[in-house]
Amino acid sequence: MLDCGLDMTSTLNFLPLPLVQSPRLSKLPGWVLKDGNTFLDKELKECSGHVFVDSVPEFCLPETELLDLSTVDVILISNYHCMMALPYITEYTGFTGTVYATEPTVQIGRLLMEELVNFIERVPKAQSASLWKNKEVQRLLPAPLKDAVEVSTWRRCYTMPEVNSALSKIQLVGYSQKIELFGAVQVTPLSSGYALGSSNWIIQSHYEKVSYVSGSSLLTTHPQAMDQASLKNSDVLILTGLTQIPTANPDGMVGEFCSNLAMTVRNGGNVLVPCYPSGVIYDLLECLYQYIDSAGLSNVPFYFISPVANSSLEFSQIFAEWLCHNKQTKVYLPEPPFPHAELIQTNKLKHYPSIHGDFSNDFKQPCVVFTGHPSLRFGDVVHFMELWGKSSLNTVIFTEPDFSYLEALAPYQPLAMKCVYCPIDTRLNFIQVSKLLKEVQPLHVVCPEQYTQPPPTQSHRTDLMIDCQPPAMSYRRAEVLTLPFKRRYEKIEIMPELADSLVPLEIKPGISLATVSAVLHTKDNKHVLQPPPKPAQPPASKKRKRVSDDAPECKPLKPLLSGSIPMDQFVQTLEKHGFSDVKVEDTAKGHIVLLQEAETLIQIEEDSTHIICDNDETLRVKLRDLVLKFLQKF
Amino acid sequence: MWREPWGGRLSSPPVPGAKARTAGLRGACGSAKKTRCIMDRECSQLLPSVCAVLADSRQLVADDTFLEKFLDWFKTLTETESSLLLLQENPCLTELITCVLKLKDPSSSTLSFILRLTGIFAASESCFQYLQQRELLISLFGEVGPLSSALWEEASVRSGWVQGVHSMVQHQSALHFLCSCGAIEVIFTLQGDPSLFVASAANQLLVHMLTFSLQSFQTKPENIKDCDWPICAQKLIVHIEESLKSNSASRIKQSLKLLTSVFGCCHDLWTEVLWSRLSEPIVYLLEEEPVHAGHSLVDLFLSMARSPVFSCPECSLWTSVTCALEHLNPAQVGRLAVGVLKLQECPQAVKIQALSVLLQPMDCVLKAASQPLEYPGLLNRSVNDSATVETLLSCRSSCASLLCQTLTHLEELQYLTCLPVDLPHIPLLQSVVTILQFCIGLATPASCLGNKISRILIGCFRVQRSALDILGALSHWESPSVFIGSVFDILLAYLKSPDTSPTVLKKSFQATLKWLVSLSEAPSSKDHWQQTEQFLQDLFLVLQKRLCSPYWEVRDSALEFLTLLVKHLREKEGFRQVLFSSEVPKLTEDLLEDPESYVRASAVTAMGQLSFLTHLISKKPGVENGNVKEKSIVAQLKEILSTDSEGFPRRAVISVFIDWLREGHPDVLKDTEQFVSSVLQAVNSDLDWEVKAGGLELAEVFSAQLLGRLGLAACPYAAVLSSATRSTHLSESLQIFCQVKLFEFLFGALCDCDRPVAQKACDILIALKAELCDESSLKEGTSAGLSTEARGIAWLEETLRRWSSCAKPCPRGDADEAGSQDPNGVLLVLRTVDLEGLHRSLNRSSDHIEKSPQSLLQDILATVGTLEENEADCY
Repeated sequence: MLDCGLDMTSTLNFLPLPLVQSPRLSKLPGWVLKDGNTFLDKELKECSGHVFVDSVPEFCLPETELLDLSTVDVILISNYHCMMALPYITEYTGFTGTVYATEPTVQIGRLLMEELVNFIERVPKAQSASLWKNKEVQRLLPAPLKDAVEVSTWRRCYTMPEVNSALSKIQLVGYSQKIELFGAVQVTPLSSGYALGSSNWIIQSHYEKVSYVSGSSLLTTHPQAMDQASLKNSDVLILTGLTQIPTANPDGMVGEFCSNLAMTVRNGGNVLVPCYPSGVIYDLLECLYQYIDSAGLSNVPFYFISPVANSSLEFSQIFAEWLCHNKQTKVYLPEPPFPHAELIQTNKLKHYPSIHGDFSNDFKQPCVVFTGHPSLRFGDVVHFMELWGKSSLNTVIFTEPDFSYLEALAPYQPLAMKCVYCPIDTRLNFIQVSKLLKEVQPLHVVCPEQYTQPPPTQSHRTDLMIDCQPPAMSYRRAEVLTLPFKRRYEKIEIMPELADSLVPLEIKPGISLATVSAVLHTKDNKHVLQPPPKPAQPPASKKRKRVSDDAPECKPLKPLLSGSIPMDQFVQTLEKHGFSDVKVEDTAKGHIVLLQEAETLIQIEEDSTHIICDNDETLRVKLRDLVLKFLQKF
Repeated sequence: MWREPWGGRLSSPPVPGAKARTAGLRGACGSAKKTRCIMDRECSQLLPSVCAVLADSRQLVADDTFLEKFLDWFKTLTETESSLLLLQENPCLTELITCVLKLKDPSSSTLSFILRLTGIFAASESCFQYLQQRELLISLFGEVGPLSSALWEEASVRSGWVQGVHSMVQHQSALHFLCSCGAIEVIFTLQGDPSLFVASAANQLLVHMLTFSLQSFQTKPENIKDCDWPICAQKLIVHIEESLKSNSASRIKQSLKLLTSVFGCCHDLWTEVLWSRLSEPIVYLLEEEPVHAGHSLVDLFLSMARSPVFSCPECSLWTSVTCALEHLNPAQVGRLAVGVLKLQECPQAVKIQALSVLLQPMDCVLKAASQPLEYPGLLNRSVNDSATVETLLSCRSSCASLLCQTLTHLEELQYLTCLPVDLPHIPLLQSVVTILQFCIGLATPASCLGNKISRILIGCFRVQRSALDILGALSHWESPSVFIGSVFDILLAYLKSPDTSPTVLKKSFQATLKWLVSLSEAPSSKDHWQQTEQFLQDLFLVLQKRLCSPYWEVRDSALEFLTLLVKHLREKEGFRQVLFSSEVPKLTEDLLEDPESYVRASAVTAMGQLSFLTHLISKKPGVENGNVKEKSIVAQLKEILSTDSEGFPRRAVISVFIDWLREGHPDVLKDTEQFVSSVLQAVNSDLDWEVKAGGLELAEVFSAQLLGRLGLAACPYAAVLSSATRSTHLSESLQIFCQVKLFEFLFGALCDCDRPVAQKACDILIALKAELCDESSLKEGTSAGLSTEARGIAWLEETLRRWSSCAKPCPRGDADEAGSQDPNGVLLVLRTVDLEGLHRSLNRSSDHIEKSPQSLLQDILATVGTLEENEADCY
């Protein structure tokens, strides 16, 4: 199984979970059907024309119907965003296999899960809505609830014990490490340049190579650069995790982010940045480190609020080997690779586990707050949205591309604060993909259907799709694809003593053949030719043989034959040996020689010869020897 | 530094920093002048030794530039005196040539030098004969000379040979000599020399030979075949004709280049005869598929089209140009088309065709993004096969180049004072907007070509820049509102887009400025005001964001744009209101503290402009609240002038102050003297020469304004003042100058180490002297017993020293007392110091001594000596 991400966009259909009682949210009217029926008004609330489920947010799980996940042997994880559904798989499906991921992926993935669990669990909600999920009822609901798919499979968030259990099943791997999977294939993680420890995977046998390219980046940000060279010579390249906002150049967006941030703060407003606790935030802090002095923002406090803020900031500094070259060299100076250490030291950046406690004492405005969750449905961000939403001086800047900012803001309407959308998605765009494919030249590309056509809202942008030769094979949800290659060969090793015994015979200049008589030993998908056991000696005593002594019965070896039979000469030979009435018929596959008198038929084909006679073994042996005269033996 | 006495000469400059320099200048002045025209005695004496060195193959001259300077000197000499006399008086020169010829293994640089030197002498016919008699010319330029030696492989020798011949061809004897010794064939070969310098020189030589041999051939013969052209010219023309008919692309290009130069530099009647003879093979070249020497043909036709000989509308040249416009590749033909459109004399039909050629790619782009019948297009008929243009546009490698070329050519046309043909500017504007839309993915392709263009152009900065340039240029046409709207939309899209590169953003600002200025100046500006006002509101929102950009280039461009916008539109009340209702003025003021010095400088300039408006707008109620700062803008700028560690912001401040003083800024008018005095004091201690030069300009403006105000300026239309009034005004102005410590500043600048500062100070002092030290004042001064003789040199020294010290900022605040100037003393100093002499000294270049031929000869000898010494050391 390649990755197991969690679709969190389902949470956008739910009301936010406020950290403190929100009179505004609690006073929202219940939703009433057109015919005045109010049976859903406890479950669904209406806010500025949008309907939301008033319940604990639920998540959309990976597809579980298509195959039995208990049969999955291995899960390969690309990056920490792509493992958020892991507890659902490992804890509920009977999964007994192994999960492979790099160390930063596991550590930061744990932080993300921990934050998620914390956000949900610290605001317990008594109510659980399920009526609306009834298919008949869902049909009556307004969009987008009406169009939500597989709502019956949506699940509440997992718990920390489940997270811990899931993570315990992960086997840590390093870049370029070769991992044997049951002898059948070898998998290797490669740096993908997108996030700390993010990987692409190579799955290869001796004769086939499949590359799985997930979230990758060619930009110079904090992670180690993408390893492109190792992706060369792939039979199939499975391509996914491209940028979600192909029209937004990350550099331009960072500029926008800084400009809007500075404008707001200069006007006395506060800036709210809903974000994940790891990833782009490191780059944003680095960018601000260089920018705040030039923008005259040295006295503006920056707050990073997350239950895992401290761990995230500290983890980033210790994963030196997973960082880009520049940051790696800093470690040897020794200096912290990320400048946010200096921001913290100089008190420009302060971090807190939540808004409660120390933060309330230190809080000064105007300020910039980085906090989660980017969906605006849970986490400390909900508090700040409620707090600052009423003033047009304040700005919320969306930098995470995973959620539609308009949908995220829907339950906060009407909203006076300014909203700026600066999605920073460093993953590959279509121009970079095009260059990458030219560079690594896979025989076939397999990708989601969405990548093979322009975005629906910009159908004229034919540059926003994959353009490669041969055209990429696309797949859609729940579609079963046959990858365009066949496994034709297996590698078999030959034992040295057996190899020593071979006597090659040159049949053409440069081509030698030798017959091999051996025992093929197959274990864990590895094949070894071993010397045949010596012919069984007649038992020295009449003692009963032990079962363990049973060796395969070794018959005398027959030579292998090669060559073709020249029909004219063969007929002449037959006549010389007394077969007078010889007739030859040509068939599609060869010839049939009829010996009418002997009522015998010799069927000669490219790869077989049959002598069909009526129980006359002597005749058959005679004819066989005549045939063999024309063939070479090994 | 003041210890050295002036030697009792008041005419010597009282400039310690410049003293050594000027003393040196005086010493060299005489000899430099003499040797410029004729060989002086010192040089004649040195020359034999130098020639001996040059003739000695063991003594290599290390620096080739000596030889170049040597040749330049002889070129000047032979232009002013008889070359023959020069050779006769300096036999060492002939010996040098003979000697080098005899050398078994001369160095290539020496041989090349000798070839060129001989050519310079042989340019004179008498000298040519002199050298010919000694068989030096045939030995150098004939078949037996360097031509047949191994050194001919050296490009420098071949180059020297060609240059020598080129210098020599100044008389018929030289031409005869070259024809007879087979040199012409050598030159033909050298046209294709692997060294581009030699090939180009050979080509230029042939041009020179052809024009020289035909320079007396002014009449047009009746029959071309029977023309009696000189042998040399005939040889050349046959060679050109053969080359044009050959299949060798390089030979064809060489001949076309040669003809381009001939038609470009010579407008005699014989050129028409030449064209009649060669037009046939040239037209044949155009008809080939594909045309190989396209660029060379374009050069040729443009060169011919500019010659008055071919301006007649019936001239066959125009048929060939028409043919070229049809047949040449669209990527090559643009230059010809724009060249034709710039011509005064050219048949109208050709011009129309040329314009169509330029418009064709634009037409294709417009159609690629429009539904059929939506737009009529740019062209009534297509000149070329549009398929060729479409092919080029659909290919990644050629699309951007073709569009950039076309856009640049069309932009050039916009600046022509009189466009000879009707330009369909509205469809052209649409097509430019369409290109810009394609470049940021806003255009919807309407065809397969459109799809291809879209894929190629998205994110193409080159095309964006060219298109924005022409978009700005198109602003001077009157356009209907709907099109102005589309221009504003696309400009806003570029200004807003975070993906716009800093250079493209700058171009977007430039185009925006042009449109806003044009619209504000157009007679119909009131009709468009509502549209413009809405645009301005959006624009200032974008500008706010750009002023906060993390990229300094962007902040800088935004400030520059703001400065120009305010400068041009500040008279518009509506503009002022939109501007001050935005955050832009406040953000601009914040940028005075930007960490990047360029940005601070631009913010200073912008604030300089904005402050004119702030003054107007702050009188209105409601505006003060937001933007009142504790410190006035004058104080802020003065602080930057005194404290900023970088030069750019300080230079910007002084420029702003000059503008303010010139334009009568209200803050300056409050107390001009105090303002000028404080600025001069700050500038006086500045180490940046440009800031000082700015301070001097400020002083100049101030003094001119004051003298003008008192009726003392030398203005022919000013009323003549009575002598009493004039005297009163003079003393009043002098008093004010002394109060602001103008002379302390000026004399301080006169002593500055930077020559431009000293020069400018000197100029201003001379001008002031002319105004203030007229006869009457002089008399007055003398009668008052203030003559120099009376006060003595010591007094003058002491005065200047005192001024100099008190012009610097005085920490104890007693500068006033120390530096207070006595107006009469100032007059005396002005009269005493030889400002004119100093002006002459300062105008001389500091290296004029080193440029003298004597110095050159000594340098050559010295270099050789050094080499010898080094050799001895090594031994």
